Amino acid sequence: MSEMKNYTLNFGPQHPAAHGVLRLILELDGEVVERADPHIGLLHRGTEKLAESKPYNQSIGYMDRLDYVSMMCNEHAYVMGIEKMLGLKIPERAEYIRVMFDEITRIMNHLMWIGTHALDVGAMSVFLYAFREREALIDCYEAVSGSRMHATYYRPGGVYRDLPDKMPQYLKSKLRSDKKLEEINRNRQGSLLDFIEDFAINFPKSIKQYSDLLTDNRIWKQRLVNIAIVSAERAKQLGFTGAMLRGSGVEWDIRKNEPYSVYEKLEFDVPVGVTGDCYDRYLVRMEEMRQSTRIINQCVSWLKANPGPVMSDDHKVTPPNREAMKDDMESLIHHFKLFTEGFCIPEGESYTAVEAPKGEFGVYLVSDGANKPYRVKIRAPGFPHLASMDEMSKGHMLSDVVTIIGSQDIVFGEVDR
Amino acid sequence: MNEFKKNLAKAFGKKNLSESFDELTLVINSDDVIEVCTQLRDDFNFDILIDLCGIDYLTYGESDWNGNASSSGFGRARQAQKSSNKKDQRFGVVYHLLSVSDNQRLRVKAVLSSENLMIKSVTKIWNCADWYEREAFDLFGILFENHNDLRRILTDYGFVGHPLRKDFPMIGEVEMRYDEELGRVVYEPVSIEPNINVPRVIRK
Repeated sequence: MSEMKNYTLNFGPQHPAAHGVLRLILELDGEVVERADPHIGLLHRGTEKLAESKPYNQSIGYMDRLDYVSMMCNEHAYVMGIEKMLGLKIPERAEYIRVMFDEITRIMNHLMWIGTHALDVGAMSVFLYAFREREALIDCYEAVSGSRMHATYYRPGGVYRDLPDKMPQYLKSKLRSDKKLEEINRNRQGSLLDFIEDFAINFPKSIKQYSDLLTDNRIWKQRLVNIAIVSAERAKQLGFTGAMLRGSGVEWDIRKNEPYSVYEKLEFDVPVGVTGDCYDRYLVRMEEMRQSTRIINQCVSWLKANPGPVMSDDHKVTPPNREAMKDDMESLIHHFKLFTEGFCIPEGESYTAVEAPKGEFGVYLVSDGANKPYRVKIRAPGFPHLASMDEMSKGHMLSDVVTIIGSQDIVFGEVDR
Repeated sequence: MNEFKKNLAKAFGKKNLSESFDELTLVINSDDVIEVCTQLRDDFNFDILIDLCGIDYLTYGESDWNGNASSSGFGRARQAQKSSNKKDQRFGVVYHLLSVSDNQRLRVKAVLSSENLMIKSVTKIWNCADWYEREAFDLFGILFENHNDLRRILTDYGFVGHPLRKDFPMIGEVEMRYDEELGRVVYEPVSIEPNINVPRVIRK
């Protein structure tokens, strides 16, 4: 019998379990992974270079397209960086709207993650349930910004506009009966806030549904428990942040430890794992969804009680009122200057980080005093996570590689930038 | 914060430490990177390397209005370099550190001379530096000494040039098309003109 040698396997870049365009070169000994070498960059669009060539406010849309399942969190880091460097104070209502949408985004991201992760591991139905709820949240995005995914809703100085008073409803159609129409429009009778409130009341039931399907599921546990254990020490060495770091038992959440926006005023807990395996990371993210629901509830009640402006009135940075432009010379000049030249940021550099659903999303801005950033470096949480692929998959089976990719919650928009 | 700052100033010299927007920046000599980083990790508990990136100071502080831009329009992506002494300190490597145990952040900046684009790798100190250094090598051409596997990471296999350098045009150097006759994809110099829609303006 001839001696069996290790062989290499090319996984991806077009593999449904690769979560986008990941090309993995796996060195296998039988079915056991000896070495994993991820090849990334297949989705590299040069966001940093593009941002350097544009005025600050024209790059917000690029941020949406980085981690394209947690759009508004990326925008938040970018606009917060600009506001920090300009020394701009934004209205409190805008802060609450931002936090509410950050948490909506977190739930959206985690729903996407639980759906695809379960699908990869072999549980089809969770995906369908998760996307049912995700649809409602995407409708919130649409109601507030007009776009279902790439919102460009956060702007330096606040948010683009106030929350709509009326939640858009489904229209009459040949394809659905009047009874069905009435049923799907039932929670859309009031404002967007009423809709979100209704969602937050019902969402814990949905989480329980996913949990019932997975948490004690024998197959799910066989596939996740004790897979890719990362100790707290190694997690820090490997630069993990977010749920990956917390899953390994390190209590670190930027929302708690370095509170930005209005997170200081809100009540929520930070779940932490014990063993640092895929199952712990699953439990941490599930609990994060419950905590996000809590934060959303608090934001909704605050926003209902406190109307007010949502955009700073510093018109060097924010666009002036359309009506004022008609007969006010200064507003017209502000408008013209803002949309041609943009605004200049004083010379300096800053690093701003937010707790994005995947971990720490940071933006390092260097300004030389111009209307365009001199250097924008985007710190994507997925980048160090994917870099640890080799260490995490070593000694595991080929099928576990899929579990690990799912557990890392990889999105190539941000890894490749 | 204050005590922490004092300790840092004591260890690395007050003139190297600056604070802006509540963020501390430590400027170091590129030769000392290993000593400084080891000390930061062991004595100051900076257990996570959050980010590592390169930076190119070639056109720092230049605005497009300088020169005869107004007569020729802004159809130029590159601008002639000012004859200053920026040449000796063109590139830099920026490290963003986080201490989870002490809840502190620090930015460490090492400046490189353009003759010798070499800096020691910190992969032994923080393992996650591996990919970040590959990225800085790929995008800026900065070489990291003692890095085990300094390959390109984000750009295409066989890519030429370092795209985030300021003298690399935004439209790139080559474009790609499928050649019917040769029956394969060919690379050619770009055929489009570089274009700037909004000029860089610096107002003090």
